[in-house]
Amino acid sequence: MELASALAGKRIVIVAGSGGVGKTTTSAALAMGLAARGKRVAVVTIDPAKRLATSLGLEQLDNEPRLVDPSRFAGHGVEMQGELWAMMLDAKRTFDDLIARLAPDAKTRDEVLSNRIYQELSGAVAGSQEFTAIAKLYELDREGGFDVLVLDTPPSRNALDFLDAPDRLTGFLEGRALRVFLAPSGLAARVMGRGTSVVFGVLGRVTGVDLLNDLSTFFKALGGLLDGFRERAKGVKKLLADPATTFLIVTSPEREPVEEAIFFRGKLREARMPFGGLIVNRVHVLPEGLSPGDADTVGDELAGALGPALAEKVAATVRDAELLAERDTAAIARLRRAVDDPDPVLIPELDDDVHDVDGLALVHAHLAGSIAGSA
Amino acid sequence: MADLLDTPLVVVTGKGGVGKTTVAAALGLVATRLGKRAIVAEVARRSDVAGILGTASGRHDRVFVEHEIAPGLFHISIDPEDALAEYLQDQLGSSGLATVLSSSRMFGLLAAATPGLRELLTIGKVWELAQPERRTPGGQPYDLVVVDAPATGHGVAVLAAPRTFADAAAGGPITRQAQRIDATISDPEQTALVAVARAEEMPVTETVHLQEALRDRLGRELDAVIANRLEPDLFAPAEAKKLEARDDHAAVQLARHTIARARRQRAQVGRLHHQTGIDPVRLHARRDGPDLEALADELAQGLGVGSD
Repeated sequence: MELASALAGKRIVIVAGSGGVGKTTTSAALAMGLAARGKRVAVVTIDPAKRLATSLGLEQLDNEPRLVDPSRFAGHGVEMQGELWAMMLDAKRTFDDLIARLAPDAKTRDEVLSNRIYQELSGAVAGSQEFTAIAKLYELDREGGFDVLVLDTPPSRNALDFLDAPDRLTGFLEGRALRVFLAPSGLAARVMGRGTSVVFGVLGRVTGVDLLNDLSTFFKALGGLLDGFRERAKGVKKLLADPATTFLIVTSPEREPVEEAIFFRGKLREARMPFGGLIVNRVHVLPEGLSPGDADTVGDELAGALGPALAEKVAATVRDAELLAERDTAAIARLRRAVDDPDPVLIPELDDDVHDVDGLALVHAHLAGSIAGSA
Repeated sequence: MADLLDTPLVVVTGKGGVGKTTVAAALGLVATRLGKRAIVAEVARRSDVAGILGTASGRHDRVFVEHEIAPGLFHISIDPEDALAEYLQDQLGSSGLATVLSSSRMFGLLAAATPGLRELLTIGKVWELAQPERRTPGGQPYDLVVVDAPATGHGVAVLAAPRTFADAAAGGPITRQAQRIDATISDPEQTALVAVARAEEMPVTETVHLQEALRDRLGRELDAVIANRLEPDLFAPAEAKKLEARDDHAAVQLARHTIARARRQRAQVGRLHHQTGIDPVRLHARRDGPDLEALADELAQGLGVGSD
């Protein structure tokens, strides 16, 4: 696949895939490449491996992108013509910012921010990452300070949480639950009839009354932000389906990530989200000079020079490499069909996992297709 | 580490893509070889363990049912919504109220929106499985519950959910329940924590961070560390040296490449050992898919359990 053409004219690139397949690295390399070619690019990443973050000069979690010092790329074969900005998302702070922005007045803002439930749980709970990531993306897009935004999706086992985040929020906000909570008890009782008191009674018994009160205060305060949230969620949904948005799916040729990639592609189709292409990392390829079947002859060929025992071990190594290459070829064939990308980007298994600028430059070279024989 | 499988609850976590699920399944298999009745619990609506054992049609099928997937080895995929329904049933008895409530859209939305409740319900179900007297009607007790936990960050959040929830709520049955669950997780006699890593820079670093997070948020130490998918190294040092002298052949270059890779992996395993203070159990990469029996052999040996 010509990745450059898939990304032409795109303002938002969302990189999805299961954990451990090199999503963060791919996102960073992609963003770096776009920036090198003169764009102003921000890569938003969630909880990346620390050394990779350090190599980009990110020292801590943040709620705003920071410019990566161009001097970091000097001497690494990257000529930086544009700007690379990067941020490691701080879910809690970003959520706080969002509340502050959406609150109609200072009183509502303080009520939510100082609510015990909000404080205890807003940062600690998984799921808030998906929501804050997408909220941040929306915000950065609206501010318009960047040519391209690259989002490295949360390392969620279920990448769908990410797609569903806006829907879940509006569903909840527009649902009866919140309205019941927000209504004065008398009104709620009138609207809902006797059922309400039963529900509240049981909730009280199960959860403890104090918790219910706290929750009630929390949702009541949140209710002041209702319009803002609803509008925001609508905007996010629109943004995800925008022609200038594209999803890239990253996987490795291993069984579980492959299944995940296929599953995720189906979900994109269902949700009518734009799919930009597939990137397969960690592909085993036979090194140059070897071809399938060599394992059978190598032992005899080298026996004279190395002795039969050592030659046989070398042959076993070649056999192992052939096996891996074969396995990966089969996985890629399956991906091509199921993901409906006839020409995915294939990145070979690299010597070490990528955690510095050199590594990023190498991955980018593969992404850009400037390394021959990468498949 | 011989007592790892004597702990009623074993939680397996690690960076995404390191093979947690396979290791969790292999642990369950080792336990059944010791005559234990074991269950592997997956969270987040997945059923990969069943897939690995080749016994289920696929993913996202029936969840929240305890299936026997091999003699003495069970599997369950825990879904928070089902856990909530079961919890209500347990709390409210068979008054029919629980059914009404759990099928109430409003209640469902409220529960879904309550921060941390999903995590609490998930870990609560895991806790229930590990009880000598099961609360689930008709449920038989297990000798061992292995949890295939989410990746590190979320994994810690799930483990810490009972404590977080107990701190945030101010009483009532859920709080008491959360405290009970937290006591189980905080007790090394009752819960063992296992981290799985690949011998690479970032997974090793993440394991070290996981250890710190567990100390910080739970006051717990890791009980075992597993270095998974180590690449084979066929060559003795003298042989490696001999190969260095002849790199005119592509096959020899490949062999030297694998030697270098194995060295890097050994260095990472050393770093894992050094930085966590725990000697990792070493498991090797399998070429022909996850051969669970072979993996269980290696795991049993590494843990020092079993007779073979």
